[in-house]
Amino acid sequence: MEIAGIFKYLYEKLASTGLSQAWVDIISYSVAALIVFGFLAVVALFLVWWERKISAHIQQRFGPMRTGWHGWLQTIVDMLKLIQKEDITPATADRPVFYWAPIVAFVAAFMAYVTIPFGAGLIVSDLNIGILYIIAITTFTIISLLMAGWGSNNKYALLGGMRSAAQVVSYEVPMVLAILSVVLFAGSLSMVQIVESQAKIYQWYIFRLPFGPIAFIIYLIAGTAESNRTPFDLPEAEQELVAGFNVEYSGMKFAMFFFAEFVNMFTIAAIGTTLFLGGWQGPWLPSWVWFMLKTLALVFVLMWFRWTFPRLRVDQLMEFSWKFLLPVSFANLIIAGWMKYSKWFNW
Amino acid sequence: MGVIKKLPVYLEHFPGGGIVATSLDYVLSQSQASSIWYLLFGTACCAIELMATGASRYDFDRFGMIFRASPRQADLIIAAGTITKKMAPRLRLLYDQMAQPRYVIAMGGCTVKGGPFYYDSYAVEKGIDHIVPVDVYIPGCPPRPESLLEGCLTLQKKIKKQKIGDWS
Repeated sequence: MEIAGIFKYLYEKLASTGLSQAWVDIISYSVAALIVFGFLAVVALFLVWWERKISAHIQQRFGPMRTGWHGWLQTIVDMLKLIQKEDITPATADRPVFYWAPIVAFVAAFMAYVTIPFGAGLIVSDLNIGILYIIAITTFTIISLLMAGWGSNNKYALLGGMRSAAQVVSYEVPMVLAILSVVLFAGSLSMVQIVESQAKIYQWYIFRLPFGPIAFIIYLIAGTAESNRTPFDLPEAEQELVAGFNVEYSGMKFAMFFFAEFVNMFTIAAIGTTLFLGGWQGPWLPSWVWFMLKTLALVFVLMWFRWTFPRLRVDQLMEFSWKFLLPVSFANLIIAGWMKYSKWFNW
Repeated sequence: MGVIKKLPVYLEHFPGGGIVATSLDYVLSQSQASSIWYLLFGTACCAIELMATGASRYDFDRFGMIFRASPRQADLIIAAGTITKKMAPRLRLLYDQMAQPRYVIAMGGCTVKGGPFYYDSYAVEKGIDHIVPVDVYIPGCPPRPESLLEGCLTLQKKIKKQKIGDWS
């Protein structure tokens, strides 16, 4: 059952009511934004619960058990509690910066979904620079972390914000180079065209030897670092920095950072699915089911990383990015370029 | 929080508003009780039992309790271990930094009344209720994880009985 058909039908109904094109666009885009927002809210709620269950089972615990069946209500209950908490602004905080930081994080996490294809035809806007747009928008998250760090006027928060800025700037480079090798093969920056260039399973970029698997692994490592998750979670290292950039945030503002973090993780998995795992393509099942299955599998891998690896030191983190990932991704890009233009591997 | 506190007052003016207010009460207090995030705070041997309660055999997370390192995001401070006169102002500071619906559990003999070993020490605070208001006392030296879980369930019972506006 394809959802895209329903939206198309509704859009045509709306267009045939005689409204001017501008109004049709405004209404359809607002509805699309609301649908994506609702979807992401549910996804974030689910992912928090899922992460707690996965972490618990990795550590031979049960995780939430008392709120609903196997604790499925846990995140909803957490949100209801966070709404009730006092909203503290520290006396010495830079008020506007402190206030806007969670909102910027929230919006940046949400904006990336404009160009992610959830299924065949299920995309808000198929920009011809789709992947470039996503890379640009997801980097906004860093500005919010810096704002939170600076605005809190707290040494731990500032250190956390600075660390995350340094980390993301260094991991952005290998990540973009890994994505670039895929773009080189697909010959397009549009997300839909990248997916359509992987119609058969042997055309998925992860299976294009030798550059595909390397690019995928580099992307996954850099993506983990970008979403500040555990082998690379120095910005929120509990032992050194209390809680990192969000030390001073309480109640709903903290919940917004939490939401943004989990949506970012879903974004990383969704882009990985689109670029390397054939996006929404697959047999028998509807396209959006395939997309969700692949994305959730990648999310599971990210969570698996988080609960089984110890944290790196700051110098190890930087050395790993600049001395290992960057040369490997450059070499990988050259190999990909050579494969593209020698006609031997063009299947 | 101001709006939520006044909500029942506004709701009373509508027909059927009382039912909404009471069920809202139920949902909000239930959700508060089911997601108590505790602060990472341990000063002595009781902290080892606190860690054991968080780990796999006893597992705090079953009740939705996870630790937060920052007092701004914590709801509960489990004072685990001897509080010396020097530590007392820090404990008060941490309590003051927590956001409003906040609870304290005094875990172990030292925090309840000075403890079985340090009762005559000039350096030990004789009970943390001199410093912060305590909701649940758990005696023992140190209390076993079962008693700590029992204390947390008692705190849950206390929270569940609260109405909107009862929060300290």
